[in-house]
Amino acid sequence: MSRLIDKRREDASQRGWQQLLHLDGTLLFGLILVSAFGLAVLYSASGQSSEALLRQGIRLGLAFGAMVALAQIPPAWLYRWAPWLYGAGILLLVAVLLVGDVGKGAQRWLDLGFIRFQPSEMMKLALPLMVAWYLSETRLPPSASRLLVSAVLIILPVVLIARQPDLGTSLLIGSAGFFVLFLAGLQWRLLALLGGLVAAGLPVLWHFMRDYQRQRVITFLNPEQDPLGAGYHIIQSKIAIGSGGLFGKGWLNGTQAHLEFLPERSTDFIFAVLGEEFGLIGILVLLLLYAFIIVRGIYIATQAQDTFTRLLAGSLSLTFVVYIIVNTGMVTGLLPVVGLPLPLVSYGGTSMVTLMIGFGMLMSIHTHRKLLAN
Amino acid sequence: MARFSTLKDHFLESRLFMGRALVMLAFCALLVGVLVIRLVYLQVIAHEHFTTLADGNRVRILPEPPNRGLIYDRSGVLLAENLPSYRLEITPEQVKDMEASLEALGELIQLREVDLERFARLRKSSPVFRAIPLRFRLSEEEVARFAVNRHRFPGIDIEAGLTRHYPLGPLAVHALGYVGRIDERDLQTISESEYSGTSHIGKTGLERTYEEQLHGSVGHRQVETNAQGRVLRVLERSAPVPGSNLYLTLDAQLQAAIERIFDGRTGAAVAIDPDSGDVLALASMPVFDPNPFVNGIEVADYRALQEDPARPLFNRALRGQYPPGSTIKPFVGLGGLEQGITTSHASTYCPGFYKLPGRERHYRDWKRSGHGTTDLHEAIVQSCDVYFYDLALTMGIDRLHEALAHFGLGRTTGIDLIGELGGLLPSREWKRAARNEGWFPGETLITGIGQGFMLATPLQLANATAILANGGRKLQPRLVRTIQASGAQEPEAVPVLELDHVPRVNSRHWQDVINAMIDTIHGPRGTARSIANAPYRIAGKTGTAQVFGLKEEEEYDAESLEYYLRDHALFIAFAPADKPRIALAVIVEHGGSGGGVAAPVARRILDAYLLDEPT
Repeated sequence: MSRLIDKRREDASQRGWQQLLHLDGTLLFGLILVSAFGLAVLYSASGQSSEALLRQGIRLGLAFGAMVALAQIPPAWLYRWAPWLYGAGILLLVAVLLVGDVGKGAQRWLDLGFIRFQPSEMMKLALPLMVAWYLSETRLPPSASRLLVSAVLIILPVVLIARQPDLGTSLLIGSAGFFVLFLAGLQWRLLALLGGLVAAGLPVLWHFMRDYQRQRVITFLNPEQDPLGAGYHIIQSKIAIGSGGLFGKGWLNGTQAHLEFLPERSTDFIFAVLGEEFGLIGILVLLLLYAFIIVRGIYIATQAQDTFTRLLAGSLSLTFVVYIIVNTGMVTGLLPVVGLPLPLVSYGGTSMVTLMIGFGMLMSIHTHRKLLAN
Repeated sequence: MARFSTLKDHFLESRLFMGRALVMLAFCALLVGVLVIRLVYLQVIAHEHFTTLADGNRVRILPEPPNRGLIYDRSGVLLAENLPSYRLEITPEQVKDMEASLEALGELIQLREVDLERFARLRKSSPVFRAIPLRFRLSEEEVARFAVNRHRFPGIDIEAGLTRHYPLGPLAVHALGYVGRIDERDLQTISESEYSGTSHIGKTGLERTYEEQLHGSVGHRQVETNAQGRVLRVLERSAPVPGSNLYLTLDAQLQAAIERIFDGRTGAAVAIDPDSGDVLALASMPVFDPNPFVNGIEVADYRALQEDPARPLFNRALRGQYPPGSTIKPFVGLGGLEQGITTSHASTYCPGFYKLPGRERHYRDWKRSGHGTTDLHEAIVQSCDVYFYDLALTMGIDRLHEALAHFGLGRTTGIDLIGELGGLLPSREWKRAARNEGWFPGETLITGIGQGFMLATPLQLANATAILANGGRKLQPRLVRTIQASGAQEPEAVPVLELDHVPRVNSRHWQDVINAMIDTIHGPRGTARSIANAPYRIAGKTGTAQVFGLKEEEEYDAESLEYYLRDHALFIAFAPADKPRIALAVIVEHGGSGGGVAAPVARRILDAYLLDEPT
């Protein structure tokens, strides 16, 4: 293992500017490539709207800015802040449920007077921070009691967010917490037990679901049942992707997208536009770019020098995978419709900033290492 | 920061993490693998299927209806044309709240009860994505008002189109007919694809008879539409073939003259060119304006037409079956001569009545005092009933039937106009079949003077007269002379169709009968001598038909009852007698005597044709 680390160790002189700016060039390269590809797809999906392109460009700028800013913060500070961030997040989530603004039938926003704020976004980062902080206090693998407390730490925000209701984010945060547990060495026996519990819990979950959520599940299971109503999204996106074929219809030539058959084409369903215009090849290119980012993230995690940063980096990287799997699974009809954007490609700002802050943390972790090996 | 126990711990944890991370990566790779398999299925295996679906999404086939052919009279006077018009169409699938939309629309545009009813009816039988017309012939103001408010009405549009118009209004309406909205009954008989996009169809008359030629063939546009169904571009187009133009045999001038000459009287007149079978005029009086029928006549207006005691909607020329009365006497006489049953010189004594041998019943002549000794010539000139009672009895019903059948009585003429009735020429077989009774000699007598069971339409009488005038050529009467197909250089002539030829035993017999018909007008004792002062010679025969109580009209009060009990006045004629150019049958319902009423009408009609015509 040490030989492996030695072999992959980078030359300090080459990493000069990266070290100086606390940026990881490799990760940055992957992120920029995906963003650029995303902008191209978005330009087509938005009906060649340069305004949409500009807005998305500004958002990307802000998000990259936030990433750079976060990269300057040493992981030790994050370690110190973790419980406070988590506590504040929980309080804000409770506040949202009590006094939050209603948008699109769900209470997600908190109006702080000067800014409208989505506490669930903050929790996407605060939860893995918190669980990683808690588990890194003792040796790994964690004891049963630690696991139990961790479970409570995870379930609390998950339930609060699910109550808003925001199933997508709730799922994302739950996975982020789970990844920390898993990477920390959650016993296989317990994992199996957890799986069993989740399976048993599904009918209970159904009981607590709202009508529109149940409808989504029904639609997922049988989209042709209501082709012009609930099943329309899925049917049209399958047609878009399928008709794209191996090489696609060409950039700006997707009929499904440009003739407005495909709903939500620049936001949640932008993957279908990609599939229609760039074909299977285009999708594979995007997936490879994503894989590049993820592998780099995991690599950073393995290079981390302490438990906290290692768990945090691992969780952040794997959560990125969840985004991709859930979104593409939904658009291709493999998963029920859950409103999650395709990271760095879908039009929209809030979650992108959160995501990039996460990558900022990864970069911080990687560039604040004490170079022990040298 | 975290408390690190030992370096070994650190190493172990690192290794644990490494293992876990690899497991997770493997799991992610598995999920991505599933995704890729799914994509391969969608984009490679089922690619064709989804391509078809995508094309089906965007490509629609829109029909392009052909322009309906125009109708002209024989000299090129336009009788039926297409005028630009705006109609309001609704595509149901694009309208969220139909009730509310219709209500809001009603504030901008006048929507009548008929419009809404028709729309509701058509909506039931049409697919939701097809545009259904709601209102026709919007005024300029309505078009402008809607255009300003268009954004409020998704799925509702104004379509510019053509609408049928009859510029001369009621002229020759019973020949032309009219078009109307395609209704459910029409849908059962027409090819739906041929008529996709067409809203109107011929309902009666020539418009219906020549529907196939007038309609043309539908064209198509393959268009790309967006999700809202709006047409973005045309991918492929096959142009429609406009309907053919019809040039009729009708003479609009003569037709107009006839309608003027009738001057409020009810009846019918049919004029035929004996040399070609061309129907020069086909009038059924009174007439009505077909234009309101095109886009749905108001219920009240329609009821008024239906309940009008003069029955304007009834096509008397084609479907009015009248006892022909004395007008058949020349045909009976000719039959008697040709069959060798009588001669031109044989006489019968007319005491004013006739008795069957061995019977007491008197069959009266119209002249109580009798005509005295009468030969065939005088019998026709003075319309002696007794002579024809005797002749008919001698001929017997079978030969009488044969003689009259030669002239097309008792059978439809085959005119190119839908709905013709064939009248009734009685025979033994007919009576056996219809009444299950044997034939009685008394019935032969009254058949000989065109009464009893016998019925004929004005068209049949005109046709029989034409056959007599042209020397026995039985030509199929025709209303359409040439058909000008779209794009064709020369109009295609409809051939003159000679159905049959009346066997001519002796031309003298024909001339004798025609001479008698000439003397009917120009002789001193002729029943129509009042019209003799014409600059041309007329051969004709008067007729007065007893009315057999028209049942549906019996409920009228005494005064009008008297009118409806009055005899029908008939007159048949051809002129000029030596070189006939027109054969004519006139019926004035309840006009009284043929000589007194129908003959003067006929004279004015002949004048209009023979004198006013520029030669």
